[in-house]
Amino acid sequence: MKLKEIAEILSLRPLTPAVGHEREVSGAYVGDLLSDVMANAGEGNIWITLQTHVNIVAVAVFKNLSAIVIVNGRMPDADTMDKAVSEDIPILLTGKSAFETAGKLYQILNVQNLQG
Amino acid sequence: MTDKTYEGSFHIVGGDFSHAGEASTELKTILLNAGVEDEFVRRVAIATFEAEMNIMIYATAGILRYIISPEEIRIIAQDMGPGIEDIELAMQEGYSTAPDWVREMGWGAGMGLPNMKKNADIFRIDSVVGEGTTVEMIIKR
Repeated sequence: MKLKEIAEILSLRPLTPAVGHEREVSGAYVGDLLSDVMANAGEGNIWITLQTHVNIVAVAVFKNLSAIVIVNGRMPDADTMDKAVSEDIPILLTGKSAFETAGKLYQILNVQNLQG
Repeated sequence: MTDKTYEGSFHIVGGDFSHAGEASTELKTILLNAGVEDEFVRRVAIATFEAEMNIMIYATAGILRYIISPEEIRIIAQDMGPGIEDIELAMQEGYSTAPDWVREMGWGAGMGLPNMKKNADIFRIDSVVGEGTTVEMIIKR
């Protein structure tokens, strides 16, 4: 499923609208510990987190993640946004919790797999 | 990968979090351009990113050196940091001496050294309190 379709269904607010929204999403990983995400997230995953500082972009680049979704209405730092644009990593925001975001995403990706 | 051996190094400045991951990303690009297997690149990338972060979190400065041969890569991360008092303890997953502000960023979960060891075929660590730490990793293709 494409990132822009997911963004629409989950009402995610794209912070970097120009970046990567045609990208294909392979799944998702939830985590706030960066070493855990580095060890366990899969390529093409959406990363659901409450972290907002600039290092999240480096981790996403590194693991070839499809996007970062920042939960709980948190707003990333300005340098995080700049880096996301320059490194071509989409960042999307939601006021919902990680639980709710991951739960909905799990549902829609699973339905797609069943149909697929 | 070509037959020749090549090497290089990156200088890492302690506390310079805005450049976190740059050395490992560059090394990753070098390896991908050399045409090595994705799984090998993945292991090298995680191990070096963790090494890079440790220098940034704990040390004043450090150097990350790499030597690539057709069979393996050798990575040496050497820092001018506080050193590690109890290496056995530091190697335990979940143990960390990172300050709170680093933990709030999601680093300092006590997974760095274990992640490095997990991804390396040979892992050596040598540390002198008050002088610094050297980690050497060999990752075979």
